Amino acid sequence: MSLQSCVTIQKEWDIVGARQVGRDIAKKIGFGTVDQARIATAISELARNIYLYAGNGKICFEVIDNLDQKGMCIKAIDTGPGIQDIGLVMEDGFSTSGGLGAGLPGVKRLMDEFSITSDKDKGTNITTIKWVR
Amino acid sequence: MDKHIKQIALQHSDEIVQMWLNEIHSLKNENYTATISGDLFESTNREFVNVIFDSIKNHGSMESLEQFSEKIIHLGWPLSYITDGLQVFRRVTIEFMLTQTDKVDSAYFANVMTSVDLWIEPIIRQLVNEYSGSWENIVSLQRLALQELSAPLIPVLDDITVMPLIGTIDTERAKLIMENLLDGVIRHNSEVVLIDITGVPVVDTMVAHHIIQAAEAVRLVGATCILVGIRPEIAQTIVNLGINLDKFPTKSSLKKGFMSALELTNRRIEELDSKSANIESLIDSIRGE
Repeated sequence: MSLQSCVTIQKEWDIVGARQVGRDIAKKIGFGTVDQARIATAISELARNIYLYAGNGKICFEVIDNLDQKGMCIKAIDTGPGIQDIGLVMEDGFSTSGGLGAGLPGVKRLMDEFSITSDKDKGTNITTIKWVR
Repeated sequence: MDKHIKQIALQHSDEIVQMWLNEIHSLKNENYTATISGDLFESTNREFVNVIFDSIKNHGSMESLEQFSEKIIHLGWPLSYITDGLQVFRRVTIEFMLTQTDKVDSAYFANVMTSVDLWIEPIIRQLVNEYSGSWENIVSLQRLALQELSAPLIPVLDDITVMPLIGTIDTERAKLIMENLLDGVIRHNSEVVLIDITGVPVVDTMVAHHIIQAAEAVRLVGATCILVGIRPEIAQTIVNLGINLDKFPTKSSLKKGFMSALELTNRRIEELDSKSANIESLIDSIRGE
């Protein structure tokens, strides 16, 4: 693994910044336009969750360059209130803010690998990977 | 500022200036000002140092300072030129002052330090304030300009209006879109509104949610909303996210959306007869007279 860069998320416009950085990296690794759009959308969802629910956090990007496959790893790390019931937020249509409730399950479908850990009052960590095909 | 120290500074201004110019020139190559031509750099340095000395000659008058800051902000000199320049000036001046006396005790040293600080600090403060003020001004102007571009509504035919969206949609803009849309639908008496998202780079759940809400609100005031300009990659991400957009019609391009808008308002585009037919009918009508 190499090249890690992080974008802090505090304001709404930081979401745009994170998306731009992510899209540039995805382009450089060699993702197609559809996958670039998927990655940008996933970053947008993760960053917006940080902005809406945690208030403060960061999105980190890592390029994975193994012998057999290349990919991009996106980590969303925040120090917010944490998620009480992870099973619930991974269900379609669940939202505490009156949104569509498609964010996290959507990210899972947009990306190839997805893992989430959350501690109450400590924060949430989401790691997700997209492989170049 | 201590009178004695002020006197030394004014008497030996040429030496201090020379020391300062040497230091500044050595800074030039390693930072910001490398691309600025030698002549301009030279003359600006002279002007800068004159401004610094003016401020003690005139007991802290800021008039020449204002003119100078206006000029270099206008020319786009980096802020680091100012701050580096003044830090160097402070250091050089203190060093020079300390060489001017045989006995350097701590009281004298402290006196020199505070005097020079009192001289330089207001200049730094003033210049930095003017710089950040000019940036804030630019940012607020651009925000205004962006707001003007935000959500235009274009009536193209009776009953049909188009709202082209370009760029990122944030919460504030989403609100504007909704307001303009409803306002426009009622003002132009539209039956069909086309929302074109060709220029929206990313459609995530928040953007989709706002569009769905806007479309629903348009339906409530009795008009139909058609979402157009859905690029293939956006269509795929919308499907992946599992967003349900089946409450209103969607089309890939503005052209197709416009066609179905015409259908909804019971109209169609018809080609005119060819030119020759026109001329013949014209001749016929003349003959008829």
